[in-house]
Amino acid sequence: MNRFLLWFHQTGSPANFDRYAARWAPWAFATAFVALAVGIYGALFSVPPDVNQGENFRILYIHVPSAWMSLFIFIAMAIQAVIALVWRIKICEILAMSCAPIGAAFTVITLATGSIWGKPTWGTWWSWDARLTSELVMLFLYIGVIGLNSAIEDRRAAARAACFLAIIGLVNVPIVHYAVDWWNTLHQGETIRLLGPSKMDSSMMWPLIATVIGTKAWFVGSLLQRARATNLEHEANKDWARSAYGATQ
Amino acid sequence: MSAPGLLAAGRAQIQRDLRLVWRRRGDALQPVLFAVMVIALFPLALGGEHEQLARIAPGVLWVAILLAGLLTLDVLFRSDVDDGSLEQLLLSPAPLAWLIAMRVLVHWAVTALPLLLLTPVFAELLFLPGRLLTPLMLSLALGTPLLSLIGAMVAALTVGIRRSGILLAVLALPLYVPVLVFGAGAVVAADQGLSSWIGAIYLLAAGLVLALVLAPLAAATALRIALS
Repeated sequence: MNRFLLWFHQTGSPANFDRYAARWAPWAFATAFVALAVGIYGALFSVPPDVNQGENFRILYIHVPSAWMSLFIFIAMAIQAVIALVWRIKICEILAMSCAPIGAAFTVITLATGSIWGKPTWGTWWSWDARLTSELVMLFLYIGVIGLNSAIEDRRAAARAACFLAIIGLVNVPIVHYAVDWWNTLHQGETIRLLGPSKMDSSMMWPLIATVIGTKAWFVGSLLQRARATNLEHEANKDWARSAYGATQ
Repeated sequence: MSAPGLLAAGRAQIQRDLRLVWRRRGDALQPVLFAVMVIALFPLALGGEHEQLARIAPGVLWVAILLAGLLTLDVLFRSDVDDGSLEQLLLSPAPLAWLIAMRVLVHWAVTALPLLLLTPVFAELLFLPGRLLTPLMLSLALGTPLLSLIGAMVAALTVGIRRSGILLAVLALPLYVPVLVFGAGAVVAADQGLSSWIGAIYLLAAGLVLALVLAPLAAATALRIALS
């Protein structure tokens, strides 16, 4: 067996995954904390105010990384779901299901910061344009995955059904985006562009890179932590878990 | 014993489903009643102004028919799960996707087709301009089977849940969004005199072709997952 496959199978076993997650989650959180602290400091203090938007634009440093994360996590969840359904790897079911609440949280942050940003710049809290609508639909899909996963009693059947929904959802998101895009260009004429064609100056760029790295690392830490908890819940009666966590009987 | 052919299995499935519907024909009226009530509520809430009602008519009709379809999704596999005949479908030598396609066909013919036939009447209730009736009927004729097929995937995923009510709606609505956008959008575009409304109809048709092939397969996979 080649080394990559071997590593894959070894990490995939519940006992090894637990050790792996316990080792790496704190590092991921530490990276996230440092990167986010640096990024937020840069965003709030070092970057000069924008020519057009003044101080308002600083919310970008939270909004844009969260928006990327909401999409990135959905894709990560769907990939895990495919692996879980095709190769029936248990740990991937757990990982996919652990993605959903984190992704939903990033989506809520994106929608909330977008609204707060939209009020002073566009003069409205909400607009039914393609990005906002697909973000909202994505939130519904995340909620659907979480809901389906918690509604079915048998845990593995629940995870597999929710994995399937995640895959269907991934197909759905671009369709919604293009549908609303088509619909809007037909009706509204003017479209509101978030970032516009203007390129960001490099002095404004580095805090964004820091927060992007920070949110990614936060996701990794959070995912490992959540998956580890679920994994332990499932395996609570196995010998390795009982001996590793000092159960007496 | 040799396995029945595809056509024979499909015919048997359709006959059984139709007979089941006929034995409980009162239930089959529910979606129509629901749609009538939703449509009647709008003029009562907004007042009977002709122009205002005519403007919102395409959207209201589409939403009412979509919601009526959503209400009936739960029964798509429910009785089969309860009496165990779904397991027999899984064990049957005929492909599960084919049997599901037949089931969805009957479901559409019983729940959506009456609504489709009554649409001219509903349109009159909301003073929809006569020239918009063709785009509306076309978009509904292509859109409602699409909704049934998408709904079948979601219903299959939730067969294991006893009271799936609101969860089913949460799962189905995001998947219904593109159909609604194109369906109601086509009528609105036709209202604005844009010739591109037919484009949305083509897209709906393309979606229907795709869904006809893929949705029964996806629903079969979902059923196997839910009942494994």
